[in-house]
Amino acid sequence: MKGLKIDGAPSIDELRGTPGYPGIERARKGSIAFIECIEEIPCNPCETACLRGAIKVGRPITNLPQLDEDKCTGCALCVAACPGLAIYVKTYDYREGMSLIKFPYEYLPLPEEGREVELADRYGNTLCKGKVIKVDVSAKNNRTAIVWAEYPQEYFEDVVTMIRL
Amino acid sequence: MNMRITKHPILGDIEYDRKVKIYVDGQELEAIEGEMIASALLAAGIKTFRYTKKHHAPRGIFCGIGRCTDCVMTVNGMPNVRTCVTPVEEGMRIETQHGCGKWKEGAGDE
Amino acid sequence: MRVWDIVVVGGGPAGLCAAIEAAKNGARVLLIDENSRPGGQLFKQIHKFFGSAEHKAGVRGLEIGLQLLKETKELGMDVWLNSKVCGIYDDNVLWVVKDERKSFQVKGAAVILCTGAVENSISFEGWTLPGVMGAGAAQTMINVNRVLPGRKVLMVGSGNVGVIVSYQLLQAGAEVAAIVEAAPRLGAYGVHTAKVRRAGVPFYVSHTIVRAEGDGKVERAIIARVDERFKPVDGSEIAINVDTICLATGLTPLAELAWIAGCKFVFNRVLGGHVPWHDRYMATSKKGIYIAGDITGIEEASTAMEEGRLAGVSAAAAIGLIDTERLEKIAGEIWERLDALRCGPFGENRKIAKQQVMAGGDEQ
Repeated sequence: MKGLKIDGAPSIDELRGTPGYPGIERARKGSIAFIECIEEIPCNPCETACLRGAIKVGRPITNLPQLDEDKCTGCALCVAACPGLAIYVKTYDYREGMSLIKFPYEYLPLPEEGREVELADRYGNTLCKGKVIKVDVSAKNNRTAIVWAEYPQEYFEDVVTMIRL
Repeated sequence: MNMRITKHPILGDIEYDRKVKIYVDGQELEAIEGEMIASALLAAGIKTFRYTKKHHAPRGIFCGIGRCTDCVMTVNGMPNVRTCVTPVEEGMRIETQHGCGKWKEGAGDE
Repeated sequence: MRVWDIVVVGGGPAGLCAAIEAAKNGARVLLIDENSRPGGQLFKQIHKFFGSAEHKAGVRGLEIGLQLLKETKELGMDVWLNSKVCGIYDDNVLWVVKDERKSFQVKGAAVILCTGAVENSISFEGWTLPGVMGAGAAQTMINVNRVLPGRKVLMVGSGNVGVIVSYQLLQAGAEVAAIVEAAPRLGAYGVHTAKVRRAGVPFYVSHTIVRAEGDGKVERAIIARVDERFKPVDGSEIAINVDTICLATGLTPLAELAWIAGCKFVFNRVLGGHVPWHDRYMATSKKGIYIAGDITGIEEASTAMEEGRLAGVSAAAAIGLIDTERLEKIAGEIWERLDALRCGPFGENRKIAKQQVMAGGDEQ
């Protein structure tokens, strides 16, 4: 993989160490947001969306968003707020051998709860199958659906979305 | 062939109740009231709107915004009508234009 | 000849904001647009905007458009649609052709030109085949007319326009076979490219389109790798089956009216070419003529709206509706917001370019 400006998707190496991407230890404890926003662009709705003050952008608004790993509870309010659809929430230990991801999805058809879907990496490659736990289409998300899907823990870091239906 | 997007994740579902009949090279076509001629044609899968004068090369929409004139057709006898910025009307007669087209007697008069 | 306090040419984000600010401050405003609906490019932007809360971040472009239209209706200004401004003369007299039938001369104590930009195109063998179109044309078709121009698309150009339209094509139900970019690096924000990449759309940097093929319409696109001088490399051609080729190869300001009026111009490549000079208050070198939005240089809707507001208040001040103190205060606030939008690696070039333009010289 050659990186964000060649492949279009960020590599794990480019993400690790950026202020919005949780460290490996915290990532595996409880639920937490992953903010894959690593370029300085003028944008800060994530900061305003978080009710716990766990995301800081400050001034100038081109600062990279900083995630406070202790304050973040993985409530996922920031997921729909991000105009770049760059945020998702993960829980490593969702249940026996399974992780959970809550990711933004703006395509039709939406999956139904309980449906088995293919989950994909940052390059659109299918990694594994998973089950849709919930599809949040509340009005406050302004037409960005949040899909909850469980999937095998071994794919924890690489799954970021599902293959479109 | 229907290229209409009736369901859309952001724009929502749409039901068209105000339709008009237009005629394209004599064939009746259903269009939506208020839409641009080019939109009605593309919805029906028609992509070629005219042929150029010298090389008889097929042309369709290009800029989509009324500036390039690649999309012109003869409408109600009047040639060189930009179909991407002209709305459909009930009974409109639209013809694939060849070259610069021909004025039909009385076309365009009020 | 009818006279208004302020005549705004172009009803896109810049023009709408200019008209609103002018009307709010008591000006009698005429807003002219050549289309049958105002809003410019705003109604095609179905994605959420960036920026901060004051820039309406998180709100979809089309929602901002609806808000602005509502404001213009509430303020009760004159709006002429299907009206083209064909000429501009001394004393801010404009020649307007309405409905392609009737000619009018109108005059404004001040005139604000917000005529936006036009898409560039690149030419290649087969580029005239039906199926080759601007990215903006495809965007209009899918987001305004709700019609797919084709089913399988090759996008040429990886700037924000090309990548965002690619995403919107996916949302509309089309397939995007690939996005090609002649430069060795992608142009758009990483969050935009990441969205389409995880939907499986591949990027080809250092590639360009060399030929469109098909029997009477696009059936195939031939792309090739390019060298450091952007010349196609022999033997590197790849054929991709598509029925649509979208060109997202940049925009150029539509500044003809400013040129005809005799405004001073400067050349700036970052901003898209020849642009009219303007000062801190969006005034051109011709008394009474102001500009805002993409006509001043290619940027975004958010900067267009701020510049529109600034031109609106400046024009209102010029005709005595706002005092200098208040103008300075508002201008200061708007410049702060403009500076915030022009920060960072993507915005810095534009900030410098704007400074170059206002300093009066061509770029060095």
